Amino acid sequence: MTGETHETITLNMGPQHPATHGVLRLVLELDAEVVRSCKADIGYLHRGFEKIAENKTWQQFVTWTDRMDYLAPISNNIGYILAVEKLLDIQVPPRCRELRVILCELARVSAHLLWLGTHALDLGAATVFFYTFQQREILYDIYEKLTGARLTTSGVRIGGMARDIPEGWLDDVSAFVRGVAPVIEESDKLLTRNRIWRNRTENIGILSAEDAVAFSATGPPLRASGIEWDLRKAQPYLGYETYDFEIPCGTVGDVYDRYLVRMEEMRQSLRILRQALARVPDGPINADAPKIVLPPKEKVLTSMEDLIHHFIILTEGIRPPHGEVYHAIEAPKGELGFYLVSDGGPSAYRCRIRPGAMINLQLIEKLVLGHMVSDVISIIGSLDPVMGEVDR
Amino acid sequence: MTRGLWDNGEAAARVGREFPGAVLSQSDFRGEATIQVDPQNLLEILAFLRDDTACRFDFLTDLTAVHWPRAEKPIDIVYHLYSFSRGVRFRVKASFADGAPVPSAVEIWPGANWMERECFDMFGIIFEGHPDLRRILLPDGFEGWPLRKEFPLKS
Repeated sequence: MTGETHETITLNMGPQHPATHGVLRLVLELDAEVVRSCKADIGYLHRGFEKIAENKTWQQFVTWTDRMDYLAPISNNIGYILAVEKLLDIQVPPRCRELRVILCELARVSAHLLWLGTHALDLGAATVFFYTFQQREILYDIYEKLTGARLTTSGVRIGGMARDIPEGWLDDVSAFVRGVAPVIEESDKLLTRNRIWRNRTENIGILSAEDAVAFSATGPPLRASGIEWDLRKAQPYLGYETYDFEIPCGTVGDVYDRYLVRMEEMRQSLRILRQALARVPDGPINADAPKIVLPPKEKVLTSMEDLIHHFIILTEGIRPPHGEVYHAIEAPKGELGFYLVSDGGPSAYRCRIRPGAMINLQLIEKLVLGHMVSDVISIIGSLDPVMGEVDR
Repeated sequence: MTRGLWDNGEAAARVGREFPGAVLSQSDFRGEATIQVDPQNLLEILAFLRDDTACRFDFLTDLTAVHWPRAEKPIDIVYHLYSFSRGVRFRVKASFADGAPVPSAVEIWPGANWMERECFDMFGIIFEGHPDLRRILLPDGFEGWPLRKEFPLKS
């Protein structure tokens, strides 16, 4: 038709929008309902963690890592601590290592359960949300029993753990593993072959394998695009190479594939948990490194040497050697890396956090192009950003 | 613990042969292979590391900066590379004078976009050739560069 003008409108989505998973703001340019361009505006939750790390002792900074990916706080704690331990070149005892594996996998299940509930809720399937949140409540009780906190766990120490597990804790974890498996299968039944779910997710936000690599994507978005890569296999830490599990992969790289990958990851995490629960050995929980690990309280009161160590560690902090290390873990959101530079002082000279969630979120500007506004919600959910880690 | 997970010196040797004199130093701390390169050749070296059949560092894991105020060239740009086919990491560093433009790696790895924006946001580093260099985490009107060492924690 002659004289028809094509006007686009600008739509501001977020930062206060329930479906943007926190304080994510997207500025969308729309042609009718079709997205022509998208700019992500992040930083609403920025708290300057990397600067804070330069002003706290190595141990103190653990508490800040809780507040990054707040859906899997203990796996952030462990990711950071592993980097510090690499810098110090110390090894933790087997008991501690197995417990950390259990905690990392519980955190993955917890984060994926939240993703599943909210992603389904965003797309109109409210039931799943109640199932998954019920299970997360049990997980929070498990964390609380061990660390005293539901969310801000900080239960890990350089060279070990804050305390050994309380009595019956492993049984609680076993009961959770038994209880959550049918919930995952029920959610699967509600969604995987559901016509509406598939219409909302299939062929939406397709990410090619080439783009996934070029844009530094990690975690489920990378694997859904068909690249079989998981740090637990590719660069094993905490003895993951001794566990029997598989890396689920997609073929298309759409929202549906990312959904399938995370669902299977939960099943694989349960598989790892069953193996770990069966082999937690007895023995010490902390490394034998008196200048790094706090001595037991009763020794502080009876032995002069331990009192001195206790005093020095708490007042001055530990002093790792000059050097730089990079250590990354397969966090629920992708590769969570810590690049630590030490000048021999009691706090990090530089602590760079490689945020998997932020680097994956970068793809949003590309993936939504040509899709409808309602699909933007679907794509955000499938990238699973957590703004605490994106903004730090 | 992590031996075999980082490049075994092959990449450093190949860069040294391809760009004579460009590798300024080489280190191996805790099994992590690092080279410090001449900033003149930085982009060519990064592209070489990505494309060379023996190196194949196709993945940019991370890009960041470190501020050393007392050094002659106080800004270190640090690239963490990873090779999917070889399963190893590699670290490349280059030092720049304060205010000197750093060539943008966006052409080599599009994923460098937000990482370079964050470096600009936190250190004020200008990445030459970046398509959209503006603050990312801090508000547009923010004054100062928080991760530089002279920036106070409290005002």
